[in-house]
Amino acid sequence: MSDLSDRIQETIDAEPVVAFIKGTHEQCMCGNSERALQALRSVGSSFTAVDVLPDPAIRQELSGLSSWPTIPQVFVGGELIGGADIVQELAATGDLEAKLNEKLGDSWRNGGEERTVAMTDRQDPFRVVG
Amino acid sequence: MSERLQTLLDGAFPDAKNVDVVDRTGGGDHFHVTVVSPRFEGLSLVDQHRLVYDALAEPLEDGTIHELRITTRGDA
Repeated sequence: MSDLSDRIQETIDAEPVVAFIKGTHEQCMCGNSERALQALRSVGSSFTAVDVLPDPAIRQELSGLSSWPTIPQVFVGGELIGGADIVQELAATGDLEAKLNEKLGDSWRNGGEERTVAMTDRQDPFRVVG
Repeated sequence: MSERLQTLLDGAFPDAKNVDVVDRTGGGDHFHVTVVSPRFEGLSLVDQHRLVYDALAEPLEDGTIHELRITTRGDA
């Protein structure tokens, strides 16, 4: 495992809800990433975003860990729950809230707080960038 | 390009009730695929989509597919 891979795994394990996206929560650069964030927002979930764009290695290592080839990827309580299509579908059926409750209890609401953290080797992994 | 995806999905899901490929923009790189197959019964949505990604691994890796939307349904 590379340092970057370790860092990605640590983030997946540590963050209750983490979305790997193209861009940041404030400036999303991809329609699919935006759909995933909107689905999380629609149920009032707090989340941490990770921008995969600064380094192609982030996406490569992430897909190696998750066996999921595309971006976005949303993890809840350390488990991959899906990309944009699945998260949107789960939000529409009410299953997203059920999954959040199952994995996280009540803590996921937490005021709908959003942040983006950096993941590249050149930066502190938990520096808030947006 | 839609035909290539259709062929790959038909091959991967021979028992599918429906396989549909839509070129969302007409540009041959943004697709929405729908697969209805009994193979999805009992699988999580993540595992259902993984089967579709497996079927389309080649066009995903060679950059043919820039964006992919997936809808999967079991047989019911």
